[in-house]
This record gives sequence, structure tokens and C-alpha cells, in this order.
Amino acid sequence: MSTPPGVVATARMIAARDLRIEWRARVVTNQVIPFAAVTMVLFAFAVDDTGALGRLAPGLVWLTVMFSLLLCAQRAFAIESADGALEALRVAGVDPVGIFLGKATALAVQLFALAAVMVLAALILYDLDPPAGGVVVLVTSAICATCALAATGTIYAGLAAGVSGRETLLPLLVVPVVSPVLIGATRAVEAALGTGGTAVADGWPWVGLLAVVAVASAVVGALTFGSAIRD
Amino acid sequence: MTTPTTSRSTGTRATRVIGIAAIVMSAWLSLFGLVLSPADVAQGDAVRIMYVHVPSVWLAYLAFIVTAICSVWVLVARGRVPGVDRVAGASAEIGVVFMAVTLVSGMLWGRITWGVYWQWDARLTTTALLFITYIGYLAVRGLEGSPEQRARRSAVVGVVAVAEIPLVHWSVRLWRSLHQEATVLDTDLDVDIDGLMLFTLFVGVIAFTLWFVWFVLHRARVMALAALVEERSLDQALAERAAEVPAGGQN
Amino acid sequence: MTPFMTADRPTTPDRDHGSTDAAVVLEAAVVVMGAFPALAGVDLDVRRGTLVGLRGPNGAGKTTVLRLCAGLLRPDRGTARVLGVDVADDPAPLRRRVGYLGHSNGLYDDLTALENVTFWASTVGAGCDDVDAAMAAMEISDRLRDVRVRHLSAGQRRRVALAGLVARRCELWLLDEPHTGLDVDARDQLDRLLRAGADSGATVMLSSHDLDRVDAMVDHGVDLVAGRVSREVRR
Repeated sequence: MSTPPGVVATARMIAARDLRIEWRARVVTNQVIPFAAVTMVLFAFAVDDTGALGRLAPGLVWLTVMFSLLLCAQRAFAIESADGALEALRVAGVDPVGIFLGKATALAVQLFALAAVMVLAALILYDLDPPAGGVVVLVTSAICATCALAATGTIYAGLAAGVSGRETLLPLLVVPVVSPVLIGATRAVEAALGTGGTAVADGWPWVGLLAVVAVASAVVGALTFGSAIRD
Repeated sequence: MTTPTTSRSTGTRATRVIGIAAIVMSAWLSLFGLVLSPADVAQGDAVRIMYVHVPSVWLAYLAFIVTAICSVWVLVARGRVPGVDRVAGASAEIGVVFMAVTLVSGMLWGRITWGVYWQWDARLTTTALLFITYIGYLAVRGLEGSPEQRARRSAVVGVVAVAEIPLVHWSVRLWRSLHQEATVLDTDLDVDIDGLMLFTLFVGVIAFTLWFVWFVLHRARVMALAALVEERSLDQALAERAAEVPAGGQN
Repeated sequence: MTPFMTADRPTTPDRDHGSTDAAVVLEAAVVVMGAFPALAGVDLDVRRGTLVGLRGPNGAGKTTVLRLCAGLLRPDRGTARVLGVDVADDPAPLRRRVGYLGHSNGLYDDLTALENVTFWASTVGAGCDDVDAAMAAMEISDRLRDVRVRHLSAGQRRRVALAGLVARRCELWLLDEPHTGLDVDARDQLDRLLRAGADSGATVMLSSHDLDRVDAMVDHGVDLVAGRVSREVRR
């Protein structure tokens, strides 16, 4: 009798499947990234001051990523609800912790790609001049922030999947809870890019905050996801 | 405590005792807060808003901790403890009310003392974020589904929300510490508060806690009565369904 | 070669009934959806290895019975024991032993038929052999394997979903109107598969509007009306 996969194998299976689906459907590349990019352009219209834009750039980047999270998280569970797959996963006895870790990982990868594109867009659109030493802070903070966003997005998107009114419920639930990520990520990018006169070393406490938030979100998510998707 | 009763009211001897104690403590608080305690050197009588503002924020946190404990209990018991779930919901509702009181009193305090309604200080910002978080919790409680489904879904939100409280605190505090200007509205409880003011605050916390317990008891009992009504209408619906077609014997 | 030989049946003693023959035992089961009693007191006793057909008008409760047996619903009153597991208490031990195919197929549009079946098979650790055998049993051609599910017809999607169920070698198959969307040949083929499944030890419960077809092939026919069993026929 074949043995069912453990949590890690399940997570890997589901992450691979989600990423393969994204690769085929290209929803993030063809729809979400353009939306995010155009949002960055719209910020320029709203703010209309090149100097201010340069200072605001880190915040604008992460605001855009946060809004894109809502779209990506909805999408991650839309593929499940489209044909009743989430329910089928439950009946099949797939470990909810594995599902959570797999889907959160896939979502984090997509968000990281999106964040990378947004940082590049900001560098170009808002005419920034970053110091060389900030890359490590930039990358580490982005990894921690996207993991935290992905974990929270996955729990709540799973909770809201299949509930009518989820399109409006998800933003209300997610946005206040990810506010620490927004605070930390913005300050870390500020330090990394040197905007507002901050030094690169100032970024590390914020990276620490982001790491704690990421771990806490992952742990809480793993513990509660099974209850969240049960019907 | 929260078992449904067949009487028409949700009051029992326990709630009457607590209610009277709450009224007495509130009277005491009013006396001390408005008359007996001294006015602040800098702010004058405006400091008296503190006796409403600070206890209400403490009670809001207490309410959310109660919700969190009940939520964990509901998750562990897989949603089959309706009494605990009702306490979680009632506590969150009262907590949201206390948060609203905190925000409004904080805004009034700032307006009276310094002429601005909002100052982005750590406590008010954190309170505002948590206020919205728990509005989200109440929204999830109101979703469609069986009582067990609603209990479980709101329990998940309750647990995530409470885990977020320290993180929001920490991040907002760090954020405000970057801006070194003296906080205009110092709503922190610092040690150089006069002894009598401290005592009045203590009275305020007790009074508010009694009100909290009173409200939660009544609210949870109302929810229990609503569940009883649902149960009765289910019996009726079953009877109606049975009358649709008489169930034949099995062969 | 039977691709749907069931997994070794665990010898869990059926605590209350003292019999390991029962696949499903429902006693006065009531299931409420919102405020509506979808099941208003259902008594049902299904033996292992039988092919059971649920018949009844729309709204009679057929889907609810199947979802209850899948552990997706809990009885609000009464009891439900499936494969020896008390559904009201904790349906977790039921998982993996039950295959449920509801009105939706549980497929991922952007994956191919083969990828879908492989995914579902791997949730229980089944390998390529099981997948190939299942695909063959459902007569999914090599050409069809590599087509993305979104390009398949409703009937083809049904067959892919069934292949996923077969590959997982479940002890209890629960199929909600599986004939929908299939042409006559495909329906006959499905009936052969279900019969073979029951013969090899799985318990198969299906609901259908195709009354004559169900009558002809099942061992145990159950008629549901208004959330209750109105008639049962055992062969």
C-alpha cells in the first residue's frame, strides 16, 4: 500500500502545482503586474512632485504590493473554487498544513517577483539613485515581507473562499493585519535606497521586525488553516 | 452562566448584583474624576478625559483577550462549544464599542488640549488599526452558514487578530520613535501621575470592567435565546417537511 | 487486471454494531442547511461491496446524503457511521478511504488531464502505474492526456475526474449524478466500471436521474422524498 505524502512533500507538491498553473495561465505576469505598474504611474499623477515622489517611493512600492496581494490571494483560491477542488482536497485527506504551506509558498514567490518588478519600476519612474550597499537589506526585507504577506493572504483567502461577498471581505480582513509589514518593509527599503537620508544599517531592525512577523504569520496560519477551509 | 432560560428577560441575580456594583463604581468614578482629583498643571481640567480614555482602552484589550481565549477553545473543540463561541462574539462586540470610546475620547482630548483631532501617536494609531481589525471579525461573524461554521470562521479571525496585536504595537511604536518630536498628546501612563489621579484611574478600570462583564453576560444570553429560537423553528421546519409526504414503510 | 482494487481493508471493529459488513449506517440523520432540513430523518444501512443507487426528485436530499457520507457534513441530529467512523465525532479517519465526486469535478483548468490525475493520485501516494491503469479504465486516450482540462468537454472532464477517483483506490465511492454530461456509450462504460468496482470490494453509492439505468444495475435501490427514505429495494 502506497504511503500518503507527509506535510513537506504535500507542500512541495502543491506549491509546484500552483506555480505551474500560474506559468500556464500567466495571470500574475499578464494582469497583476501591469495593474501594479500602472498604479505606480498613477501615484505620480496624484503626488505631482518629483522630489516628494522620490521620498515616497518605498511606501508607494509596498502599498502597490499590498494591493496586488489582495488580487493574487483571491486568484490563488479562485483556481480551487472554480471546480470544487478545495473541497476535494479536504475529502482526499490532504494535510491542511501542507496545503497552507504550499499555497503560501507559491503566493510568496509570485509576490516576490512582483515586488522586484515594482522596485525596478520605482527606480526608473521616480528617478532614484540607490547606494550599492543596500542590496542585501533590500532583498532580505523583501523576502521576509513577501512571506508575511503571503501567509496572511493565504489564511484569509482560504477562509473567504466559497463565501459570497469574499471580494469585499478579503481586503477588510487582510489590510489591517498586514499593517506591520507595510511599516517595516517601507522603512527597510528607505534605508536600503537611502531615500530621506537614512543609512543602510538603519534597515536591519526593520528586517528583524519583518522576520518576526513572517514567522508568526506562518505559525498561526499553519495552526488555523485547517479550521479556516473546513466547511 | 449562558444557558438559555425560559424566562423573558436575560437578567438574573448575578447580573443585577453586577449592574448595581457598576452603577455604584461609576458614581464613585464621576465623583473622583470630575470633582475630587486634581486638575493637571499643564492641561487643566482636560486631563479628566483620561479617566474615560485609559480604562476604555484597557477594557478593549481585555475584551479581545477574552475573545482570543474563547476562539482558541472553539478551534480546539472544532466549533462545537456554542456557549464559548457566544462569549467570544459578545466580548468582541463590547470590545469594539470600547475601542470606539477610546478613539473618540482620544480625539476630543487632543482637540481640547492642542487643537488637533489626530496626532498619529502610537496608542491612537494602534487603536484605530485594531478597531478596523475587529470590525472585520464582526463582519465574519455575520456571514451565512451554520452556527458551527460561523463559530469556526470567526475563531480563526479571532486568533489571527490577537496574534497581530503585539506586532502592530511594536511596529507602530518603532515607527513613531523615528519621529523625535515630543508627542503632543501623551496618553501613556507615566509614573509621575499624582497618587489621587492613579487611584481614580483604578476606580475607572474597576467600573468599566464591571460594565464589560454586565454587557457580555446580557449579550451572550440574548445570543443564546436567538439560538433557542432557531432550534424551535428547526423543529417546526422538520414537522412541515414530514407533512409534505408521509414516509412509507421500507420493504 | 482491476485498476480499482481497493486498499487492504483495515479490520476496525464497528464499535456499536458488532459487524464489519456495514459501509454506511445512518440512523434518523437530520442535516440542516441554513434553516432548511435537507435531511429530515434518514435511516440507511449499506453493506460493503454493494452498488447503491439513490433516486428522487430535485431537493429530495440525494446530494446531502452523499456529502454526509463523505464527511463533508455533520448530522445535526441522529447518527451517521461511515466505514466504522462516527461522522459527527471526527470525520478525519475517513479521509483517503472515501472518494467523492460531486457536481463539480475538482479539476484544475490549466493542468492537463494527466497532470490532474497524477496530482490526485499523489495525494494518497499512488504512483504512475495506478495513474496509467486508471486512465486506461476510463479510456482516456494518449492524445487526450496532454490536453489542458479547460479545453475538454463536460463529459471528458467527468471521465478525468473519475480517473482521479479510481487511481486513489478508495473503499467507498460517492458519485453525485455521474452520468450527467456523458453520452450513451460513456454511460455504459461508466456503469461497467462501477459494477467492476463493487465486485472487487469497493462500496459504490451514486445518485442519478436516469431511473431505468439505475434500476437495472444496482444491488440496493433507495428512493428519497422530502429528506427521508420512502422506499428501499435490495436485490
